[in-house]
Amino acid sequence: MIRVQQEDFDIGAELARLGDGNHAVGGIASFVGLVRDMSPQAGSAGKKTGGKIGAMTLEHYPGMTEKQLAAIETEARQRWPLEDCLIIHRYGRLLPGDRIVLVATASAHRQAALESCAFLIDWLKTRAPFWKLEDGPEGSHWVEAKSSDDDAADRWKTS
Amino acid sequence: MRILYFAWIRAKVGIAAEDVAPPVEVTTVGTLLDWLAARGPNYAEALKTRSVVKTAVNQEYVEDDHPITMGDEVALFPPVTGG
Repeated sequence: MIRVQQEDFDIGAELARLGDGNHAVGGIASFVGLVRDMSPQAGSAGKKTGGKIGAMTLEHYPGMTEKQLAAIETEARQRWPLEDCLIIHRYGRLLPGDRIVLVATASAHRQAALESCAFLIDWLKTRAPFWKLEDGPEGSHWVEAKSSDDDAADRWKTS
Repeated sequence: MRILYFAWIRAKVGIAAEDVAPPVEVTTVGTLLDWLAARGPNYAEALKTRSVVKTAVNQEYVEDDHPITMGDEVALFPPVTGG
C-alpha cells in the first residue's frame, strides 16, 4: 500500500496493522526516515537544539509520486514473497526529528522482509520524485542528490 | 503540451507550470529542452547543466530521445532527494 500525505503517522499502529489477522506473516521489517538537524550545533548524542534551524520543506510531483511508489512496490513483490508492504512518505514543511518516510514489509521469513525493506528505501531514494528544500542560517537551499544513493540503488539491479 | 517544473528548476524558470505549443520540428524531449532553453535567460539558466535536468513524460522517466506529442505532460526536475 502507498500513502503520500502531509500528516504524521503512528509507527506502532501502522506496523500492528501490517500483519494483523494474517498468520502467514512470520516477520515484519521496517525503516523510518527522520529529518536530521543539519545545523552546526546539532550532532552529539541526540541533543535537541530547539528546532529553529534545520527545518525543511519536501516538494513532490503529485500523481507521478504515487505512480513511481506503486511501481517500486510491484517490483519488490515480484522479487520477494511478501505478504504485505507499506510505504508512507510525507511532504510539506518538516522539523528536525519529524518522521519523513516509513517503509515496512511483512513476509513468512526474516530474510525476505529485511532485504525487500532495504531494497524499497534504496530504490525510493533514487526514483520517487521528492525534493528537499533545507532552511539554513543563510537562507534556504535545495539538497543535492548524493552519488552514494545511486550506488545503494545500483546494488539491487538485476542485469 | 503541459510543461511542469519542480524544485530549483521551478524556482529558476519562475513558474510551476505552463502550456506551450512548440514548432513541428520539436519532436523529442531533447529538442524540447533546446527550444525551451532559447525562450529566455531564466529558461537558459534553469536548463544550463543538462546532466542535472531529469525528465518525465506522462509521469514516467524518459531520456532525451523520447518522442513527444501535443497532449503530453512533460515534467522537468533535478535529481530526486526524497526518503
